[in-house]
Amino acid sequence: MNLSLKQPSVLPGFGLTLGFTLFYFSLIVLIPLSGLFVKTSSLSWEQFWNIVTTPRAIASYQLTFGASLVGAFINGIFGSIIAWVLVRYHFPGRSVVDALVDLPFALPTAVAGITLTSIYASNGWIGRYLEPLGIKVAFTPLGVLVALTFIGLPFVVRTVQPVLQDLDREVEEAATTLGANRWQTFWAVIVPELWPALLTGIAMAFARAVGEYGSVIFIAGNMPLKSEITPLLIMTKLEQYDYAGATSLGVVMLVTSFVVALMINLLQWWSSARHMNQ
Amino acid sequence: MKSLWTRTVVAMGALLLAVSPLYAQAEDVTLLNVSYDPTRELYQEFNTAFAKYWQKEKGQTVVVKQSHGGSGKQARAVIDGLDADVVTLALAYDIDAISEKARLIPRNWQSRLPHNSAPYTSTIVFLVRKGNPKAIHDWDDLVKPGVAIIPANPKTSGAARWAYLSAWGYALKKYGNEEAKAKDFIGKFYANVPVFDTGARGATTTFVERGIGDVLVGWENEAYLALKELGAGKVEIVTPSISILAEPTVTLVDKVVKRRGTEAVAQAYLQYLYSDEGQEIAAKHFYRPRAETVAVKYAGQFAKVNLFTIDDVFGGWQKAQQTHFADGGVFDEIYKPK
Repeated sequence: MNLSLKQPSVLPGFGLTLGFTLFYFSLIVLIPLSGLFVKTSSLSWEQFWNIVTTPRAIASYQLTFGASLVGAFINGIFGSIIAWVLVRYHFPGRSVVDALVDLPFALPTAVAGITLTSIYASNGWIGRYLEPLGIKVAFTPLGVLVALTFIGLPFVVRTVQPVLQDLDREVEEAATTLGANRWQTFWAVIVPELWPALLTGIAMAFARAVGEYGSVIFIAGNMPLKSEITPLLIMTKLEQYDYAGATSLGVVMLVTSFVVALMINLLQWWSSARHMNQ
Repeated sequence: MKSLWTRTVVAMGALLLAVSPLYAQAEDVTLLNVSYDPTRELYQEFNTAFAKYWQKEKGQTVVVKQSHGGSGKQARAVIDGLDADVVTLALAYDIDAISEKARLIPRNWQSRLPHNSAPYTSTIVFLVRKGNPKAIHDWDDLVKPGVAIIPANPKTSGAARWAYLSAWGYALKKYGNEEAKAKDFIGKFYANVPVFDTGARGATTTFVERGIGDVLVGWENEAYLALKELGAGKVEIVTPSISILAEPTVTLVDKVVKRRGTEAVAQAYLQYLYSDEGQEIAAKHFYRPRAETVAVKYAGQFAKVNLFTIDDVFGGWQKAQQTHFADGGVFDEIYKPK
């Protein structure tokens, strides 16, 4: 492996672009994030630990990360199906459906939250039919999951779609002529190609869900220990002018998100490396 | 590369334009009034009235810009550098915070204007469903099993803090100042809460639009507004026997007005709130006026209720905040896992 900073390239401008990248990355990402750590450092380790391990904080991590993860996997499954349908089948209104996929992404989150709440509240379109079955969505953790699934959908569809488009149909045909049944073709030929993109999509949906505030706040009910997400706890601390407390929770979210993102990246790297070796 | 640079320059230019404060044209003077949520309609009307008055008095055009949001959030925006000439917030505690954290306002700000710097007052009342099916008449009725109460979250909403303190004040009176019993009462009260909105308006929406809960506990002016908007057919107002005198306070932001040279007009703006016209506008928007004459004129509009002040029962906002709402305070104890 070549470890020198400068790598030979056909195109000039490596130094300039790398410099620009570092500058831009510092300005946009590193400086604000280090501000988070600086604010927190006004606390002693013990104070920090006490703030981030209160029962309410822990309950909120479980809800935020748990619902985000479940939502991301739901999107992983159904997003892939949508991408599959959009790429492989031609039906009237396909381009409309294709455009609709981006809607949860483009919609202001507060609008999404209000809409979901009015639909799933016990007097809403869907809520009124779920209520007699004993299923409550709005103002429960289930509502949080619904909101987080809603906003994460485009990420999976949009990452899987181009890979499916590039997939050679001839490979599948070859698999069939070599005697593979449909299931084997799917598992052994298509899925390995999709894995890296799918994982990226899931990771992005997860990351987006963890940071989501606007849409969740309307549907969650925000009851302490039950349906309170960590970003709300952070807001609560800020409302009390407790900047250090708020940033402490922020640091916990940041570190956890980073670890999860790193794990998913490693998984993705590992799966594509394995795929290459085959 | 060239196109990248051009694009970068254009983008930066656009960014600068977007963030640069928009200064008004010469001579005209602008004020920024940073206020809390339910005063939106009140200040819309008041600003027009004041502009007319100032034009007549000084021959100067004044444009008052408004900013609304949760009281705590608004105070934080000012602390973080929002150039407010005047702040008109839901509770004195939030203005104290501006004075303390950002030192934009002297510590004695509350004694600079009459009536604790609160030109109008309000209180906490109940809004119930038509016909009052759960027979809710006083604070007592709220803690009964099976009653769903919709307040906002006291940690994030000014109105919700006033509501909490009202309930506490009632319990203290009922149980002869026994703190333990008041705590028990407050515990039962919040055990009946199914949804916590972050602000007063959100709670109103939950109660009215989503049809959740039996009783909304919140601002008197919001309750009247909801009644006016919805017509009398859907909800009813119930005034409890005793409630808190909520004093939304106003003040100049000294450092900002000195820098911007708007001290005189900002001062006149706040004083105009105490004028007969200002008081009338407040009363029209269901805030209780301070001026005797206006209060008499609008007496029929407000139900009689025994009001106690936060200073009497809690010894002021700083103490109430410390005991009840700070992390680990009485309110947090309600939500300890059992």
